[in-house]
Amino acid sequence: MSIQKPLSPPHRPAPLGGSLVTPVTVICAVLSLIAVYFLAKRFIFGLGAVTNINDGFPWGVWIAWDVVIGTALACGGYSMALLVYILNKGRYHPLVRPALLASLFGYTLGGASVMFDLGRYWNFYHIFTPGLAHPDSVMFEVAVCISLYIMVMWVEFSPAFFDRFGWKGMKTLVERLMFAFIGLGVLLPSMHQSSLGSLLVVFGYQIHPLWQTPLLPLLFLLSAIAMGFAVVVFESTLATSGFRLKSETRLLAGIASVMNGLLAAYLVIRFGDLAVSGKLGLAFSSGFLSLMFWLEIAFFALPLVLLQGARRNRARCLFIGAVSMLVGGGLYRMDGFLVAYQTGAGWTYFPSLPELMVTIGLIAFEVLAYIVLVRVLPVLHPNKSEPAVAAAAAAE
Amino acid sequence: MTISRRNFLKAAAGGGAVLATTGVADPALARPNLEMPPKAIGLLYDATLCVGCKACVVACREANDLSPVFSTDEKLWDTPLDISAYTFNVIKMYKDGSGEHKDQLKDGHAFVKRSCLHCVDPSCVSACPVSAMEKNAENGIVSYDADRCIGCRYCVAACPYGVPRFQYDTPKPKIGKCELCRHRLPEGKIAACAEKCPTGATLFGTVEQIKGEIARRRAAKPGEMVAYERQRVGSGDTHEKKAPLYVNHVYGEKELGGTQMMMLSGVPFVALGMPELPERSYSSISETIQHTLYGGLIAPVVALGGLVALAWRASKNHQDEE
Repeated sequence: MSIQKPLSPPHRPAPLGGSLVTPVTVICAVLSLIAVYFLAKRFIFGLGAVTNINDGFPWGVWIAWDVVIGTALACGGYSMALLVYILNKGRYHPLVRPALLASLFGYTLGGASVMFDLGRYWNFYHIFTPGLAHPDSVMFEVAVCISLYIMVMWVEFSPAFFDRFGWKGMKTLVERLMFAFIGLGVLLPSMHQSSLGSLLVVFGYQIHPLWQTPLLPLLFLLSAIAMGFAVVVFESTLATSGFRLKSETRLLAGIASVMNGLLAAYLVIRFGDLAVSGKLGLAFSSGFLSLMFWLEIAFFALPLVLLQGARRNRARCLFIGAVSMLVGGGLYRMDGFLVAYQTGAGWTYFPSLPELMVTIGLIAFEVLAYIVLVRVLPVLHPNKSEPAVAAAAAAE
Repeated sequence: MTISRRNFLKAAAGGGAVLATTGVADPALARPNLEMPPKAIGLLYDATLCVGCKACVVACREANDLSPVFSTDEKLWDTPLDISAYTFNVIKMYKDGSGEHKDQLKDGHAFVKRSCLHCVDPSCVSACPVSAMEKNAENGIVSYDADRCIGCRYCVAACPYGVPRFQYDTPKPKIGKCELCRHRLPEGKIAACAEKCPTGATLFGTVEQIKGEIARRRAAKPGEMVAYERQRVGSGDTHEKKAPLYVNHVYGEKELGGTQMMMLSGVPFVALGMPELPERSYSSISETIQHTLYGGLIAPVVALGGLVALAWRASKNHQDEE
């Protein structure tokens, strides 16, 4: 099956067209189906039939990865909106739509995957039910903000659909009001990305002191925005090479410098907090956890070193720096929610294979949906180096 | 398009409004530890009186309609190793060396009752997003309502004592925990564990009565004969025993702002597996952060105003370009 590419000016996003059945999409589809099988098992027999979670580790990778890391990896749209619409850096505009699409999927699936993990999912609406909703609960704040943000993102992305279906009136209306949705679309992730860190505060001593601090919300927020920029660099590099589009290295170098600013702030605050509260020594005396701590720091520090000055303009350095940032931010979250979480002797957790297959299937489904949508909807800027397109671009 | 330094700073300040408020905690929004409810009831567990008979474990099963839990191959009798979603109360044992001396750290043994401590400022209640975990404003019992629960297990993860437990082996799971037999209280009955305890090691009472009893026991000289009540403070059903040497620590008096089940012991509580905890409750720290950021939704609304204004300006600029 292939889709005809409509004509559109080269500086506007356009559907990429091309075949939807490729080795990558087929593999992604198979992995998604495997996840569906294990999810069916979970809903028939209970969480224990598929996962290794227990009363010492009641949250496993379905929370730590699918929701906490998953939504941080989906911060591209948030970070780009912050840069383009709040800091008014219009030149990065071409990166907004693809970032938003990835965010839309990351969040929608992260939000949906919560339903797999909720033991009594049929009661989910209680979070929004006055009289039952408990605003003092950090979980309440996270759930409400993520739900609202998913809706806001669908509105933000809706012009791409209206383009496709030729609904001019709707498109104009939504675009006129877009500034309000953009404001919400920056506020809501600021709230819940920080709150994902706050979730750990009430765990008290159960989170190792190298991670437990009242500054968790700030550290989670800063690293989430930095991960958002990193994921834009990551996805843009993959998309431009995968779909053979014109390289956006110059724009990405600018993104990288903003990311490095955030990273530097993150590291200063993290070490400053440890120093002020007299916990720096623990970075050397906590055995395995010290190792994990320094591993995180190394991944956070690598982009700062690698993306200095002119090296920032090299595609390979940009890609490695972005990946390092993503791994560091992911590790920080994995450590906070699982590795540095200790509930007492006798409890262990490592995800089961079926549990991991669900997480992998979810990622595969995201990749699949992204590929299908950029081929069908106007998301990417197809500045292919074909002579006709190049000439048209030059003529403008 | 260019950005002036002034505009950039303005934008940064607007976008950072949320951030800025995280650093400066308004004392009015600070949430101190919650206070003991006026008619709080609870339990006194005196490890030196406990003989490890586990009558309380059986009584709890009967009162809460729970089936036996097996940990041996034969499955002949109820042998839970720990509390779970199907066991709300267990007696555990500390043992060192030969284990011959009761309530002694070296070469000794001691018992400990594990069940919900009914915190004055419970983490599970603070964590629960749907008010399924609630603390009764009068008697202070921390209760669970499955009809409200969404099964997120934040309470399981948050409890510093590892008390709320989840059912992983069913598609319709519930949380299980001690609710101090709140369903028996209207019938004039007390918690089943205290009712069936033959030595009065587990004693029911108001927190005020329990505190008085603790003071009386700690005042007694080790070795002198003391009368101990069974079932509840003021029951009059007593037996006599030599006063033990207690460690100088009442567990639950100060831990995270206090608990309504309090414990006395002859060995340090760390040996019995109880965590060492500060006086300030974790829920108060967590809720102070939440109230500071989101109290009355003031900071979010101000931030939203700034963000929408900036987005509006940017969208106008971008239109001009096109």
